[in-house]
Order: sequence, then structure tokens, then C-alpha cells
Amino acid sequence: MKYSIASLARNALSQHANWPQAWRSPDPKPSYDVIIVGGGGHGLATAYYLARNHGITNVAVLEKGWLGGGNTGRNTTIVRSNYLLEGNAHFYEWSLKLWHGLSADLNYNVMFSPRGVLNLAHSDAQRDAAMRRGNAMRLNGIDAEWLGLDQVRREVPLLDCSDQQRYPIVGGLMQRRGGIARHDAVAWGYARAADARGVDILQNCEVTGFRLERGRVLGVETSRGYIGAGKVGLAVAGHSSHVAAMAGLRLPIETHVLQAFVSEPVKPVLDTVVTYGAGHFYVSQSDKGELVMGGDLDFYNSYAQRGNFAAVEHALVGGLQLFPWLRRLRLMRLWGGVMDMTMDGSPIISKTPIEGFYIDGGWCYGGFKATPGSGWVFAHTIANDAPHRLNEAFALDRFARGAVVDEKGAGPSPKDH
Amino acid sequence: MLRIACPHCGTRDHTEFTYGGDATVKRPPADAPMASWYEAVYLRSNPRGVHEELWQHTQGCRAWIVVHRDTLTHEILETRLPQAARGNT
Repeated sequence: MKYSIASLARNALSQHANWPQAWRSPDPKPSYDVIIVGGGGHGLATAYYLARNHGITNVAVLEKGWLGGGNTGRNTTIVRSNYLLEGNAHFYEWSLKLWHGLSADLNYNVMFSPRGVLNLAHSDAQRDAAMRRGNAMRLNGIDAEWLGLDQVRREVPLLDCSDQQRYPIVGGLMQRRGGIARHDAVAWGYARAADARGVDILQNCEVTGFRLERGRVLGVETSRGYIGAGKVGLAVAGHSSHVAAMAGLRLPIETHVLQAFVSEPVKPVLDTVVTYGAGHFYVSQSDKGELVMGGDLDFYNSYAQRGNFAAVEHALVGGLQLFPWLRRLRLMRLWGGVMDMTMDGSPIISKTPIEGFYIDGGWCYGGFKATPGSGWVFAHTIANDAPHRLNEAFALDRFARGAVVDEKGAGPSPKDH
Repeated sequence: MLRIACPHCGTRDHTEFTYGGDATVKRPPADAPMASWYEAVYLRSNPRGVHEELWQHTQGCRAWIVVHRDTLTHEILETRLPQAARGNT
């Protein structure tokens, strides 16, 4: 069923009691051409683009819990493509372009709101670095704009731009085409669109092992029985090491917990995304009025999906520097998600040493914005058994080759990316 | 707050410490093949469960210590000096 003003009116007449289910809940078939492990945004997007772009519809998405219950439902929903390095820039830019047409493509409102992403700078060195990045972006055909202090003050009136701050703001790099989206709707929209093209979405279906023979994958052991597969793609970021180990692979990844939190809802105070440069803090205001905020990792390996107050305090100290009035708000919820932190801070979308076995993970802090692009190129990689040109730089073997994509220049220390 | 029992200073908040990552990584000899260096620099077991890891008590005695901690529950099972593992305390 196509969602439209007509279907809305029709269903209003029957008190909205007759809306069909958005996707089926089928029993697993004995085998599929492609099995995607992980029913978050990336896995569902991959399944959708396998069907849409490559005509591969005999596909199952296996999810151990419920759709979007992992990092898709735990992030701070920021979408941007303001990267310096070649390998990152074009990939994230393609993803951002897909965001701009996503609601229409999926016939599902993902509430993408290109309200701009403003990275603040607090010193001459940061201004130079921001301008360098902005220039690199523009050379790559991506929008970037340097805002001086006066313009920052005009555009974000409630920001403390005084010179009384410990780290006074000198300006900021703005990407106006960036913004935020409704995270759950992204999972649901992709699920519904993939299901409509014949993809089976199997929830409460946990992968417990892989059946391999002579270096090739044959199928997947699950909590709902064995399922054969021509090809298997992992999209389980946060747990990539854990699941890949079932196939005997060790990855250049550490899993860390990252927390996020929302304030009580208030009237509109902030119409763009703002990030703090002198510490680590990012904030936007949701359509419900809550301020959605995040900061650093907790900085130790964790699969716990919960963290410590020290990291919350550290982030909010940065927040209070920017917006002193934040101290009047109460935090309503806080939660943790577990991140695949890679050794160079960039993702892995790649073939593996096992034939027919592919991996999409290593998303560090930044997987949400990549959802459409990641699904697009991962579907291509699986369908053609070869990477798309946009994910060639994200090969698993890049570490052994010394071809790392280290945006921050932090070296092989996962927590520092 | 994680509470880490420093063998020198007693039990302290983890915010006094700096995390040093996987303690089981062995530095290969200088003439080891590139594959050994790749493994030591980049590959991690990243267990979902008990993890043997290094912490430095940067705001205390500055000693590096080895902590056995469950990454799923954050429970700390054992704390010791690195030398203790090699039996030359």
C-alpha cells in the first residue's frame, strides 16, 4: 500500500483501524540467495538496495531483537558529509545525497531536516583546520561555509559568544545540507520498502554460528534453526568482532560504549546542529522539543549498552560552555550504545578472506548518517563480489597494506578516533 | 563509576586511571615478519565477556596495572601488577 494523502483520508474514515501491517513476519525459508545479519538501518538498507538496484529479492534480514533496537535507535541522529579525506568525502557525500531524496524513494517520512551542522572553532589553530577542511570539501564539490563570530552570533542567538568563556568561540564551519533525521523511521522505512520488494525480515532470530566449507560460507545457524545462504553480509556494528569470531575472523576493532541523552522538551531554542570544538559535545533539538546531546566515549572496552556518569558530566560541561541556560534543564533519559571503534576511525565495508562472506561495520561514532550510502555500496559489494568505487578505501585488508583512512590522524588507538 | 583496586593505592574511581587497552597483545621481535606486526598493531580479540586490559593510575602512583574486567557487566574480577603475570614480582 502506498502511503499518500488519499490513503490517509481513506483510513481516517475507518478511524485508522484498518492500516495494513508495514511488513510481514514470515517464517524462515530453508535457504536464501543472500542473508544479511543485523536488522538495523544498515542491514535493512542493504537488503532494500539489493532488491532495488540489483534485482536480488531472495534475501533475508536476521535480527536478534527488534528492528532498529541497537545503534539505529540509540544515536543522536546527525547527518553530514563534512570530511577532509578523499576516501571518506565522496562516500559520505553520496550518502547525504541519498538522504535528500530518501522519504520519497521509500514512500516513508524519515523526517530528514537539513537544518545545517555547525562545527565551532575556539582558537586560531582550529580556525585554520576548519578552513582547510572546508576548502577540501569544496574542492570535492561538497558545501561548506566559514561563519565568522558575528554570523555565528546571528544564526545561533542563544549561543554564548562572549569573550568571557574559557574557550571563546572564534567562528565555525557550517554545512547547510547536513541536519538530522528521525532515526526509528529510517529503520522502519527501509524495512517496509524492502519487504514490499520481497525481502523476508526475521526478527527474534539470533545468529549462533556459521557453516563454512573449504573457505566458503554455506549458511547460518540461528535460534530459529539452520538457514542456507549463497552469500552472507554482516551489518552488526557494535558486535562485529563478536559475530565475525563465529566465522573465525579477528578484526581491527574494539567495542566501546558511547552515551547520549535528552533533556525535557522545551519550546524551540536551537534550529541547527552545534558541535563544541574545545571539548566533545554535540546538540540538536528534536521536533518534540528535547535537546538531543552526546559527547565522548567512556574510553574502555564495553558491550554493556550503558555507561558512567563521568562521561555524561564531561560532555555537559562542554554543553554549558556553549549554552549556559542548559543548566536550567533536566535530563529526561540517558542511554548507551556500543560502537565498533576501528584502528583508523573509518568504517569497513568489504569482502573478507571467506568466500561469499562480507562485512559492513566499524562505524565508530558515525554510522547513522552513513545508513543510505552504506546500504547502497554494501549491496553493490555483495551483488558483484567486488567493492563499489565509493567503498574501495574501506577494505578490510587496508590495515595490512598500510592504506589506513585516518581522518583524525590519531593512529591505531580505537578509542581516540 | 568503575572502582579499580590499584595494588599500590587501594580502590579508586576509574576516572583516576587512563585506559591502555588489551593487555594480551605481545610486541613482536623487531625482525618478526610483517604479519606478526600487523596482528600486534591492529588485530584485537575484543571479547564480549572477560577482557584482560591495561590501566595506568595516572592520577595516583602512575603504575600500569592489569585488570580482568567483564565487558558485558563491567564487573572487575582481578587486578594485579603486570610483573605478577611473568612471575618476577
